[in-house]
Amino acid sequence: MMENKMERKLDEMIDRYREGKISRRAFMKYLGIAAAAAGIAGGPFGLARNAFGAKSITFHSWGGSTSEALRKYAFDPFTKETGIEVIDAAFTGMDAFLTQVKASYPPGGEFNLAHLSAVYDYARYKNLGFNSVLDESKIPNLKNVLPKMIDTLRAITDGKLSAVPYDYGQTGIAYNTKYISKENAENLGASLLWDKSLKGKLGSWGGDFRTNMWYAALHTGQSPNNITRLNDVWDALREQRELMKKYWASGSELMSLLANDEVYATVAWSGRVANLQAEGHPIGYLAPDNTYSWMEYMYVLKGTDMDVAQKLLNFMLEPEPAIAVAEGQKYPPSLDPRKVSLPKSIKKLPAFDPTGTLDGYLFADPEYWNSHQLEWTEKWDRIKAGA
Amino acid sequence: MKSDKWKPWALLAPSLTAVFLLLVIPVCFVVVYSFWLRAPSGGDIPAFQFGNYAKFFADFFYPSLVIRTLRVALETVVLCLVMGYIPAYFFYRTESKLKPFLMILIMLPFWISFIIRTLSWINILGDTGLINHVFIKAGVIDNPLPMLYNEGAVLMGLLQYLLPFMILNIYVSLEGIDKSLTEAAKSLGCTEWQAFKEVTLPLSLPGVSAGCLLVFVLTCGTYLPPMILGGPGNDMIANLIFKRIVGTLDWPFGSALSTILLALLGVIVYTYNRYLGINQIFKTLQ
Repeated sequence: MMENKMERKLDEMIDRYREGKISRRAFMKYLGIAAAAAGIAGGPFGLARNAFGAKSITFHSWGGSTSEALRKYAFDPFTKETGIEVIDAAFTGMDAFLTQVKASYPPGGEFNLAHLSAVYDYARYKNLGFNSVLDESKIPNLKNVLPKMIDTLRAITDGKLSAVPYDYGQTGIAYNTKYISKENAENLGASLLWDKSLKGKLGSWGGDFRTNMWYAALHTGQSPNNITRLNDVWDALREQRELMKKYWASGSELMSLLANDEVYATVAWSGRVANLQAEGHPIGYLAPDNTYSWMEYMYVLKGTDMDVAQKLLNFMLEPEPAIAVAEGQKYPPSLDPRKVSLPKSIKKLPAFDPTGTLDGYLFADPEYWNSHQLEWTEKWDRIKAGA
Repeated sequence: MKSDKWKPWALLAPSLTAVFLLLVIPVCFVVVYSFWLRAPSGGDIPAFQFGNYAKFFADFFYPSLVIRTLRVALETVVLCLVMGYIPAYFFYRTESKLKPFLMILIMLPFWISFIIRTLSWINILGDTGLINHVFIKAGVIDNPLPMLYNEGAVLMGLLQYLLPFMILNIYVSLEGIDKSLTEAAKSLGCTEWQAFKEVTLPLSLPGVSAGCLLVFVLTCGTYLPPMILGGPGNDMIANLIFKRIVGTLDWPFGSALSTILLALLGVIVYTYNRYLGINQIFKTLQ
């Protein structure tokens, strides 16, 4: 447990260092202390402690402020109340986590709960046979969750649930207001990412073909969930590549690029933009029509102790921890504002829906995108590499 | 005598077991996977077919990434050689009391995580990084120089990672040279430069060749510097393998790419051994 906490702290420090929040000297000092502590606490003693440890469950999430908020407002109080330890860890990305789960299958208890993103991945886990079935009667707080989010998941798992929706957000466009005016950004919309005057100062998420194709579809005047002129999308992405400075690989890299003026405009996760704004960086957020919306959910993997998992999920859906986590990670919670009173801090988050219906939010159609995943990923990789 | 034959094997047994379990078996798994198929869901279908290899050779995109990787590896070797020989030679010749301290400086980067060392270049080469900041403040330039997210930055990242390997290999080789040989050459009329060219340099070649091979092989398999410091179009073959295995769960094709890279490096090492002798590497370690 001590090693786990140490690893967690180290991950956080790396995130903070990359985001420029701490100096290299402070980072190196922490690294030295962590190494010494790991030497003392690790090894056979650590193993023995784990073997005789209390009942526990593993939880994988995004690291940084998200994990910090989950730990402080959900896991620690849950452990205090039930005595069940939540061993949380950060994954480097959705794909990397799915690879780990696949490598560990059949389930051996290594992976229990995960804070996953996007409905198409919910479908992928189901298609790979990694899904569990929740007993909803043991999660009474589900009644507070936005119905549209629940229904979306139910439709994929034959009316049942393998996860509880927890938050939602958007991949919009972040732009540096020192160099790009709000008016100009709004006029250009998605085409801001193709603005030739920003050559060498644009960024995008290199790890996801959907995000890039989505915006290329908007730029070429098509519906992202029904692209009819595919070649136009590829041509647009090729054209955009010549304007790009960096295809970023992680949220912290995105924040670092924006905070250090390396890029002036990029696709960006709404919560990360809110974090940058909260830190005082001159970053604007643009959500053009049909902005890429997505939801996140707490997924329970097959082979998990369902009683423990359901108890934890119900606890996490209590308004107090759910709101606190949302404030920490800057994504609106899945709580229905018609049933739960939400504070101002939540209502002003980017992508928040005050109606609770999520009407007008365009999500990726899991069937459409998953059916082309391999072909389009390969194509995207080629374009990114210069082909 | 006969009864002693088992002794070397007994001593080697732990290492051989570790190599077999941790290297040979996993590599065999990778090779087997390369013949399998990927299911639409991302699962794997056991099979024996050559489709993954055919896909590699049917499309020049994949070989072009291998060619780019080999080119970057060669550039890295040349840079490391040029920048590594001089300090190694200095350590060999110097009588300074600071020599042990300077040697520690060469080892110092190994004490810091490779990822952190690579990331730190962002703060040096970036638009708001140290170099651009100083130049702009000094009035030398008005706009930041584009030093980050291109092949130059990737080479810089590879250089800082691999230079110590080159220096140490060359230094160990130089240390094995009897200094009286160069004195003898000079006493026979050689200039300092001639003594170096005719005596020291040829005798240090085993270390040079060992360093070159090590740097080349390590560069071919690395993916972090292109990922962190590279821009569009700077991916190397290891980045593609990572994307296929992690990004698309296409383990069979990722395994085929890995097997092709392994085979290619095997051919290069074999050729190297054929013409330069792999035993030169071990000589430097003696």
